[in-house]
Amino acid sequence: MQSTKEPKKLGRERLERIIEMCIVIENHNVDPFTLNIDEIIKVVKEYFPHWQHPDELKLDAETLHHLASVIKLQSEWVKQRSTSLYTDPFLLEEKILQIGKQEMVNVFLKAWHPLIEFEQISLNSLAQGLLYWEALAPLGERWKDLDVSEVSMGFASRDELIKQGVLGDREFSEELNCYWQELRDCVAKKGQDGKIQYWDFIGADTYEETVQRAFITSFLVTYGYATLEIDRLEEQVFIKPFDKQKTEILTQQSTSVPIAVSFEDWQKWKRGELD
Amino acid sequence: MSKKKGVYGSKVKKTTQMLFYKRHQKPGVKGWELRKALGSDYPKVLDLLDDYLKPLDLQVKTVFEEEKTPEKPTLEELDKARFYVALRGDLPVKDKLLGWRIDDLAGLAITISFIISKKGQVARKDAEKLLSEKMPNWKVGLNIDRYIRYGYLTQDDNGQLFLDWRTRAEVDQKALINMLLSTDAQKAETAEPKEEEPQEQENEQ
Repeated sequence: MQSTKEPKKLGRERLERIIEMCIVIENHNVDPFTLNIDEIIKVVKEYFPHWQHPDELKLDAETLHHLASVIKLQSEWVKQRSTSLYTDPFLLEEKILQIGKQEMVNVFLKAWHPLIEFEQISLNSLAQGLLYWEALAPLGERWKDLDVSEVSMGFASRDELIKQGVLGDREFSEELNCYWQELRDCVAKKGQDGKIQYWDFIGADTYEETVQRAFITSFLVTYGYATLEIDRLEEQVFIKPFDKQKTEILTQQSTSVPIAVSFEDWQKWKRGELD
Repeated sequence: MSKKKGVYGSKVKKTTQMLFYKRHQKPGVKGWELRKALGSDYPKVLDLLDDYLKPLDLQVKTVFEEEKTPEKPTLEELDKARFYVALRGDLPVKDKLLGWRIDDLAGLAITISFIISKKGQVARKDAEKLLSEKMPNWKVGLNIDRYIRYGYLTQDDNGQLFLDWRTRAEVDQKALINMLLSTDAQKAETAEPKEEEPQEQENEQ
């Protein structure tokens, strides 16, 4: 038993690392040729017989999907370099450093086609200017003295700040607790496997409210009241509440997960088009 | 037939006025403005004007919104494009400095080429370092600011420089790079001492 579990665990870790590497390449942070595709395919093949459960097969498929994206990037790289438009940036930089001022200007002038633009006053535009001047009220009439009364400095109470909308009417911890309870209720009603789609929780009638809910939800995750589950293959994000706050999360090194809450996404969610 | 010719004649005249005279902060006219003033056949009018301008060594230049020029632009792409009148060919150096000091023009040429070599984006400090090899430090920053003000370059909040609308309208980037790559470095060095008389220019474009 021990002998089958170990390669599985190792295999999972290796595939996850491969996916991470592929994502870095897809984001154009690393040269696509850093990845040795043949070697990676060997790794995928090696562990494939061990996979039995759907989530394991999904991981395998996800790895292949990302590998395909990297191969596509490699192919684009080759295509671009094989066209006549491609020039070696290092060679070009070297030329720029070596070339003299006069020669540079000579070269530039052959490729420079300056625009032509005339500026000329006409009788008509002068007449329009005069008419405008005639109709313009004097400064004294346009800039009336502003009645600004002097106000002395003072302190604002918490109630006043709440009234002005600077602070919410509840303590932040109280607010978090309410959201946590709401999340658990939501999952109990509409969720599956103890989790709910992220947008189904944060989505509200107005975009402003949605952004506010997303903001507070981020604290639910940061402070260990809930966690995020990301399905990279389906590009879905779920939020899963914990029954008890996990304080150990606060002491561990965590990773940030940026989730865009754009107005377009909110509109799509409203129309039921956001998967 | 002659009536049609007359219609196009007046449309060409109107287009000439629109393209030659400055209407906005930036020179040139957008396609949709031409469509509004001339009708949906404005691309044909522009072709006619281009033919008229050819013997004068001028051309109607089209700059599309997208960086790449489409092979067969759609009407929508033309509507969003900007049209200018520009020099068609090239003139001898002395005639073509157009009031620029040779140092400033060389600095502009170097900066544009440097940005192209770095795939369209460089950190301003890197461009400044490059220019300061042959230009006094106090002048480098001022010159880059001027190139930005004229519309040749643009800078983002992270201090990255990019090529802006005027470079796309005025500079044949592919020709510049090809010519630059085919220059002989030794010849370039020997040509160095020849300097243009400094001309005072502050023609804010």
